[in-house]
Amino acid sequence: MILTVNGHAQEARPAPGQCLRTLLRELGWFGVKKGCDAGDCGACTVHLDGEPVHSCLVPAWRAEGRSVTTVEGLAGPCRPGDPVPTELHPVQAAFLAAQAFQCGYCTAGMVMTAASLDQGRRRDLADALKGNLCRCTGYRAIADAVAGLGLDASGADPCGRSQPSPAGPALVSGRADFTQDLAVEEALHLRVLRSPHAHARIRRIDRAAALAVPGVVAILTHEDVPAARFSTGRHHDPRDDAPDTLMLDPVVRFAGQRVAAVIAESEAAAEAGCRALVVAYDLRPALLDPEAALDPGAPLVHDAADWPWAQARPLSPHPNLAAEVHGAVGDVEAGFSAAHLVVEGTYRSQRVQHAHLETHGAVGWLDADGRLVIRSSTQVPFLTRDALCALLGLDRDRVRVVCGRVGGGFGGKQEMLTEDLVALAVLRLRRPVRWDFTREEQFIAATTRHAMRVRVKVGARQDGTLTAIALDVLSETGAYANHAGGVLHHGCNEVMSVYRCPNKRVDGRAVHTHTLPAGAFRGYGLSQTIFALESALDDLARGLGLDPYALRRRNVVRPGDPMVSKSLEPHDVAYGSYGLDQCLDLAQAAMAAPGGLPAPGPDWRLGEGMALAMIDTIPPRGHVAEARLALAPDGTYALSVGTAEFGNGTATVHGQIAASVLATAPERITLRHADTDAVGHDTGAYGSTGIVVAGQAVLRAAEALARRILAAAAARTGADPAACRLGAEAVETPHGPVPLPALAPLEAQGRADGTPRSVAFNVQAFRVAVHPRTGEVRILRSVHAADAGRVLNPAQCRGQIEGGVAQALGAALHEEVRLDARGQVATRSFRTYHIPACADVPVTEVLFADTHDRIGPLGAKSMSESPFNPVAAALANAIRDATGVRLTATPFAPDRIYRAVMDAAT
Amino acid sequence: MDLTTITSVLTPRTREDLPAWRAGDAWLAGGTWLFSEPQPETSRLLDLTSLGWPPAQVGADGLSLSATCTLAQLHRLDLPAAWSAAALIDPCCRALLGSFKIWNTATVGGNLCLALPAAPMIALTAALDGTCVIWTPDGGERRLAVLDFVRGPQETALQPGEILRRIDLPDAALRRRTALRRIALSPNGRSGALLIGTRDAGGAFALTVTASTPRPRRLGFPALPGADGLAAALETAIPENAYYDDLHGAPDWRRHVTRLLAEEIRRSFDGSADA
Repeated sequence: MILTVNGHAQEARPAPGQCLRTLLRELGWFGVKKGCDAGDCGACTVHLDGEPVHSCLVPAWRAEGRSVTTVEGLAGPCRPGDPVPTELHPVQAAFLAAQAFQCGYCTAGMVMTAASLDQGRRRDLADALKGNLCRCTGYRAIADAVAGLGLDASGADPCGRSQPSPAGPALVSGRADFTQDLAVEEALHLRVLRSPHAHARIRRIDRAAALAVPGVVAILTHEDVPAARFSTGRHHDPRDDAPDTLMLDPVVRFAGQRVAAVIAESEAAAEAGCRALVVAYDLRPALLDPEAALDPGAPLVHDAADWPWAQARPLSPHPNLAAEVHGAVGDVEAGFSAAHLVVEGTYRSQRVQHAHLETHGAVGWLDADGRLVIRSSTQVPFLTRDALCALLGLDRDRVRVVCGRVGGGFGGKQEMLTEDLVALAVLRLRRPVRWDFTREEQFIAATTRHAMRVRVKVGARQDGTLTAIALDVLSETGAYANHAGGVLHHGCNEVMSVYRCPNKRVDGRAVHTHTLPAGAFRGYGLSQTIFALESALDDLARGLGLDPYALRRRNVVRPGDPMVSKSLEPHDVAYGSYGLDQCLDLAQAAMAAPGGLPAPGPDWRLGEGMALAMIDTIPPRGHVAEARLALAPDGTYALSVGTAEFGNGTATVHGQIAASVLATAPERITLRHADTDAVGHDTGAYGSTGIVVAGQAVLRAAEALARRILAAAAARTGADPAACRLGAEAVETPHGPVPLPALAPLEAQGRADGTPRSVAFNVQAFRVAVHPRTGEVRILRSVHAADAGRVLNPAQCRGQIEGGVAQALGAALHEEVRLDARGQVATRSFRTYHIPACADVPVTEVLFADTHDRIGPLGAKSMSESPFNPVAAALANAIRDATGVRLTATPFAPDRIYRAVMDAAT
Repeated sequence: MDLTTITSVLTPRTREDLPAWRAGDAWLAGGTWLFSEPQPETSRLLDLTSLGWPPAQVGADGLSLSATCTLAQLHRLDLPAAWSAAALIDPCCRALLGSFKIWNTATVGGNLCLALPAAPMIALTAALDGTCVIWTPDGGERRLAVLDFVRGPQETALQPGEILRRIDLPDAALRRRTALRRIALSPNGRSGALLIGTRDAGGAFALTVTASTPRPRRLGFPALPGADGLAAALETAIPENAYYDDLHGAPDWRRHVTRLLAEEIRRSFDGSADA
């Protein structure tokens, strides 16, 4: 059939059940994204004869003879592969001016939808955008773009101004290449059959019928994979995560675990092959209740009978105990005895999904030298390379891992979930292999936040001075131990160390269940424990008749105070700067000033609440980044860093840092990143390290290069280097300018090792309205004060905070990965797992403390995970204020809270 | 998404072109649900949109909506001013979880045939005494009230090979005054309860309850009941265990908000001129 795409006729032969989305991608239009493939997220929006449609829902043959416009052709006719148009469509220009994207994966669909809105729809954006999901921004910047509001990017120093993202023009015009956005000749497709059972031993897999499916090339089962065990969780030190995972395991420990992989000439054939596999399972009893995990008779998740390693596990009182943490300082019982008021509570935080719009996926091939290349949607390309080398017995120089643009991560991509099978298939079949998770796989087989039950007990004197804090944490890590220990330790750390209190005790356990594994998630354990402690402190303030801000002021650490969580062991965290006092003042003052939305109606109950969070700016136990910076013969600079950009904005800030030091414009710095060929090592983009570690390495490389340039110019002119000054075009010397090209090539390197570390702070405050009969919660005002040190890019940092608050509101109000009675995930789509849409997210007023960190690069601190952390408690405290009800379990959905709210109201 | 099990698509132009129904067939209208999930049991699509049915017809008897009428076409209809109940069309379209873009593809008939409890086109057509006109495989036709057409979540009265041709809304129902109330777990989420009240010129009141129950329920009253009367009637018609339970609302909450919204609707008619 013939259809017109972006002004040009194209011939296509769609398969009978094909949708327009995949047809357009086959035709070379990679701007048409797959977010959900089910019509919910809008990332695939195109115009069909001028009307916006979700192309994943449109049968491809219906486009015959019709005209399709994709984001690439919005500004005018174009052909596949054409560069960014010189003149953007006004809506694309508006998205660029407002920097209305972070990872940019939803942007194509957002732009195509926004471009179709008439004035009426633009006025009711919450309704008009309900079919477009963005996980990064919190929608404020998108609303600004639709309203035609730009942002002020002015400023003499590249650092400290809202420098636009270098990827912006490509993102708004659909030219940024995400992981799957490349045509690979002769690529095979990999699909995985997943276990329907929570616990079973695979007795037999009959591949005959599957191998007979036309197009099926190979099948991999547990008989075909390396015997080496690994952890999907990736850390700087691989020993941080127990190696308990096989690529394909004869024992399935959660519903959704890989059973077999089918590799075929087409996705359809691979799927048919999966359906044709006949698997005989010996079912086993499944452990689904974390509270019962350590019972003597509990079903074992890693049974020594299956796996001798479990027996050898040192000092483990129970095989289902994945990790534990215990510690105390002072005398906790004496502290409670000395208290005027003791508050206790048990708080539950649920599993939530990262829901980055780009699913997990990888493409692998052998390059001309026969080297394995894996292009992956990952936050940790170097750690993934190392893991592949260890697993497959390859030298580091035989594996290259590289990212395209990465469509969001939030911790979910600090995990190796696809690369191992793709790599194995490439090596076995010597052909390119592609694997792209479906959205359903993202829900049933990717990781989640750890569900936690937190018992908290806290005591204070009459004046609010804390006398003792005790935390007891049960963390459900699921079937495998990836991040079990890290999340538990981190979750029990800064929540405690931010408070000055002589008596503290922490008892934490992470337990296995036969459920999908939890993993790294924004906040890394702190959001769950902070929900508990900050709620309890609210009760404490209320019980003592104290203002909640005052209670915090009385008890938070100040520079000079030791930061103690559960032991007095020395650590490398210091007050590089301190702005918590400012954050408390800023938030309280903003809430007292006029602003916010009016109550929805006369019968709604109104209330206010706040909570705070502290975070170490870098993960412990090492975090390394390297940067290389070269002066090119044309006078521009080439910057290589290892760390990945997935919407966090580091690519922009790295350019700003280098430009600031080199006295040049960010536009003159080209960046190569997220490629194991780029530098020697990079631990990865997790733990909010993009600026404070990788940026530090960039800073050091830039400073070294600047010194080298000055020295070279000085040597050439015979001047004193101290008398030379680096400029954008030349080095000014006492003997006249030396043009930069004359000094090229010059190169320098920088390295940061992630120590010492500083602390960053966040204070969130809400005013809410709660309907006393339906249980609906509306946020009337949201204020977030943050101490990010010197803010290197105000627009991006604001975006990180807005997005963090929005994601946390999803977890506090709507989201839950629900399991059914058999342990299968019941929430398998965005229809059943509601992430915040435009209508759900209030405007958050973002306020920055004025500090300058002596540890972080150019005074900066981390600010990507931490805005998430105080949100649930602040919201719970506001709801408590409005209704009298203390909510102890998220999400605060109307059907879960209405009864308590009603009972309190009567 | 790609439906990889589909091996053929038929695009009949007339009723005579329709093939004999066989296992693995699926009627395709807009496709917004069919293409949103894998359909491993389906191998052939029979495209109803190729039959070229006019989306809607306005007559003296009322409004006829073809099953293939899209929500966008419905929303754009220019209807006689006397049809005050047409005011329901906009909020019912908005009640769809999908955005206005989905309106361009999703159809009224598809929404009925999918038979989700939250289906707003079921609410609309049930509240307005809609009758489904069904083509039977023998070339005949049968009629069934919308209330009887929808039997439960994703279950309708359609027999294999039967096609929902159109939904007729009678003139008298379109002249009623109406009130709609809706609630969801999030402001624009899938309806947890969607209730429509109608009142005719003679004062008769009817309440249609959808989304909170597995299938639409309708309560009729010769005159507007009092609060207690309405509550008692609801309790009788929909006992506690008859509320729907899924991820879009716990049944106890659905029951609770159904009663709240019903009373809100009742009060919106209370004290009006013809009460």
